[in-house]
This record gives sequence, structure tokens and C-alpha cells, in this order.
Amino acid sequence: MSLPAQKFEIAGEVEPPTNLAPATISRLPTPGPSRAVRALTAAKAVAAAVLPPALMLLILLGVWQFLAGDGAGLPAPSMIWLESKDLILDPFFDNGGVDKGLFWHVSTSLSRVGVGFGLAAVVGIGLGVLVGANVWAHRGLDPLFQVLRTVPPLAWLPISLAAFREAQPSALFVIFITSIWPIIINTAVGVRNIPTDYVNVSRTLSLSPLEHFWKILLPATTPYIFTGLRIGVGMSWLAIVASEMLLGGVGVGFFIWDQYNSSRISDIVVALVWVGLVGFALDRGVALLGRLVSRGSALS
Amino acid sequence: MPKAFLSIEALGVSFPGRTGANEVLADVNLQIDEGEFVSIIGHSGCGKSTLLNVVAGLVPITTGAVILDHSAVEAPGPDRAVVFQNHSLLPWLSVYENVRLAVDKVFRGKKNGRERHDWAMENLALVQMTHAVDKRPSEISGGMKQRVGIARALAIQPKVLLLDEPFGALDALTRAHLQDSVMEIHAKLKNTVLMITHDVDEAALLSDRIVMMTNGPAATIGEVLSVGLARPRRRLELATDLDYLRARKSVLEFLYARHAVAA
Repeated sequence: MSLPAQKFEIAGEVEPPTNLAPATISRLPTPGPSRAVRALTAAKAVAAAVLPPALMLLILLGVWQFLAGDGAGLPAPSMIWLESKDLILDPFFDNGGVDKGLFWHVSTSLSRVGVGFGLAAVVGIGLGVLVGANVWAHRGLDPLFQVLRTVPPLAWLPISLAAFREAQPSALFVIFITSIWPIIINTAVGVRNIPTDYVNVSRTLSLSPLEHFWKILLPATTPYIFTGLRIGVGMSWLAIVASEMLLGGVGVGFFIWDQYNSSRISDIVVALVWVGLVGFALDRGVALLGRLVSRGSALS
Repeated sequence: MPKAFLSIEALGVSFPGRTGANEVLADVNLQIDEGEFVSIIGHSGCGKSTLLNVVAGLVPITTGAVILDHSAVEAPGPDRAVVFQNHSLLPWLSVYENVRLAVDKVFRGKKNGRERHDWAMENLALVQMTHAVDKRPSEISGGMKQRVGIARALAIQPKVLLLDEPFGALDALTRAHLQDSVMEIHAKLKNTVLMITHDVDEAALLSDRIVMMTNGPAATIGEVLSVGLARPRRRLELATDLDYLRARKSVLEFLYARHAVAA
């Protein structure tokens, strides 16, 4: 109903300025928003992503501070700052022995995860392809995998200690055995779900098994593989902290256990923040790598 | 008796089912000459795609034989190229790489790298896709994907080109463009083409012969119609051409009067 009325108004307005010079009419507004406006929208987007969690964190810290008071149990945030200032501000110190900054502990743990998870990735993708592509391998191995994958990481530790008799390879084995299952299972699912079209392309071109593997199977399976890798890297980070607690030596898990034994609870809280942030970075890192590698693999 | 270029002889195809064998095709006989454009038309589920897949070697033969240029078809091979309905380009490769993959596979050892590149580009030019060689399949339209699919099929220089409802998923305008392209290419290269379609106009426009299939199960060839229209054919002129209309009418009669199916 309002539309005709508007039209009348416009028609009424257009008629009077016939005496205007054409030059003023032909001037165009600057196309698109200016740089300042774009910077503002970008800043708004960043603020929308950063502010809510920052605010939430402040609230939680406040509640924590209020609840902890100055009791003997869990130290309040202000207490942690006072007690563990050195540990928070300088993660790189090294006083010899196990008295090192958190950076060194975390990097030891990370290198263990790197080796154990790297092996799991190679073996897991290989086994996953085998189980996904071969019916008999699937029938023979899948039930075993389904049972073994439910064994908790730490349950493997005594057995691997008995087998390897040393802390370092035992820790690596626990990482390996924890993170391999999601990699195997997701890879196998990916291989079984390769669209028939791609297989038909491969068949009509008579690609050899090796060509089929590199040019069809692997690219088509990449998104599934990376889902498995992402779950796997998270699980290996879970396992490393726990197994280092028991194995001793260096590493963030050992650090936590060591501080507990010397009643330095504040240091444990700082270490937990490190563990959380590194775990988050690992997860995002693998996800980002997956996006880069499988840039076009999503179905079109 | 001299054999035809592509000969389908007493072909029967059954799939094992829960209640015994499931007979899809029975006693299919068809002779196709070199350079001929033959369409297969029939209702959905009549087994026309199965027939094409048998010629492609993707579906095993139960009885009878398919003989292409004096050798029996038993497995897929690069002497037959398929353009699938859903283009089936590999999404992780660019347009050029999709064609190049096929060219590299078929011409490795026969052409050097430079020649293979030129050959891939030549085929992309044939379907007017040189402007998008670096695009990925997800970045181009459905009609363009199908063009690339055709370029990939042509690039391996197959003895017979198999088109499985190549334009089925396209809108009417794009389909008309592609049909014109296919006619041009066929006029230029004189390929032997076997095309599956459910579009009567498409069959009448493109084909030298239209093979009409009866309804399954155990479908077979009901009738073969020769379309005697002179080439090049132009869709505008054909719209009022009596021979064209007659061909169209007899296919429609076959499909909807004598072999109608409940919708």
C-alpha cells in the first residue's frame, strides 16, 4: 500500500531541480566503503571474537579469587601470581637437572608427541588404507581394532615398560598406541567412501594400482585422514602428560607431578595453562594443515 | 560376414539378487559403424546405463559379447572414453590437470611433455574452456564441468565415445549450447558416439540412429530408427522440419503409447 505513495513523493521531488547544472548530477559517490570504514568493521569482527572469552575469563578468575580466599586448598589467582611469578615470566631458564623453565618441559613433551604421533600417522594411514581397500583385511583386523582402541592409554604403560625396559621408548609407544586408532579408523572409512565416479575415472583410464593410490585414493581420502589425525594428536597430548607423570625425567607431565610432590600447587596451575594452550595449538595446527593440504578435496 | 566397428552380440546382463539372478538386459544386438552417432533412449530403469557401462567395461558381461574394432571388450580401457552424467571431474585437480591426467596416462612414451601439454590445451580449446584452465571444478558452472568432461574424454582419442546422459543435469539453455558443441565436434572429428538420453529432442537432433529400449526387467532393443536428416543440423530450422517432427513423433509413440510406464 505504501509503495504508490512513495512513488508519488519521488515524482514530486524530481521535477523541480531542472535548472541544476549537469556537472553536479554526474558526480558519483566514492565506490565502496572507505579504508577507515573497512578497518572499523575488521576491528569490530576481532572484538566480537576476542572480547566475550576475555570477559568470561575475567569473571571466572574473579569468582575463583572470591571462592579461594586465603585458605590452604587451591591457591587464588593473586596467590598464584605471587608464588609462581618467575615460572610465568621466564619459561626459558635452565638451572641444570630438572629445574628448568616450562618451555623446556613442554618442548620435551612435544618432541615425544612428534615422534610417537608421526609414527602413528604413517602406520595408521597405511593400515587404514589396507583395511579400507581390502575386504579380508577389514574382516580380520577391524574387530581387533575396535577392541584395542577402547583400552585406556595408561593401561598400555606397564606392558610397554615391561617390553622396552626404558622410560623413553615406553612413552613413545604409549603415544603411538593411543593416537593410531582414530587415524586407522577414519582413513579406512575415507577409503571405503571414495565416490564411485572417481573409481570409474581411474578404471576407464586404466590407472595402475600405484597411480590409483597417489592420484585418486590419497587425495579423495585426505579430509578423512586429517579428521583422524586431528583426533589422534589430541589423544596423544592427553596420553603424554599422564605417562610422563609415571615415567619421570623431563617433560611437562613430570613437572606437574614433581611440583605436586613438593606442594607447589601454583606451579601446577601455570603448567596446566601451558598444557591447555599447547593442546589447543596442536589441534588447530593439524586442522590448518588439513585445510591447506586438501584445499580442493571437498566435494564439488 | 564383416563385423561392424562396434558390435554388441546377444548381450545379456544379470546381477545376483536375493531371489536368484536379476536379469537386467537380455539378447541385445546392435551394430554401430565407425563415425556413427547412436542414441539409446528408454524409460528410467530400463537398463540403458547398464548397457553403456558394459561397453565401457565397468559392468561385467553375463552372456554374449561386445566387440570393438575386432577385439572383445572385457575390462575398462582407454580405447573407450566415458562422459558421466555428473561430470566426475576430480575436485582436487584444476581443469587443466584433470585433462592432463588422462593425456599423461594414455600418451606417456608416445608424446613428450610439451606435446602432451599442447594436446591437453587443444582439447580444452575444442570445448571452449581455455579461459578457465586453472580453475577448480568447484569454481565453474555445471555446463563448464561437462565441457571439461568431454575434453577429457576426447583427449584420450577413444575409438568410441560413450556419453551417459551427459546433459541430464543441465538447464535447457546450457544443454542446447552443449548439444551444438557436441554436434560441431562430431562433425570435425567424426568420432563414433554412443549416447544415453531420456530426451526425445536431444536424440532426434544429434543422432544418426535412435535405439529405443523396452522396459525392464530383461530389457532389450525394441526398435531402431534412422534419422535421415542432413548435417549440419540447426535446431531452429529443424523445429519445423517434417522429417525431424516425424522422427520425434515415432520415438514419442514408442515411449508413451506402446511402452508406457506408470509414472
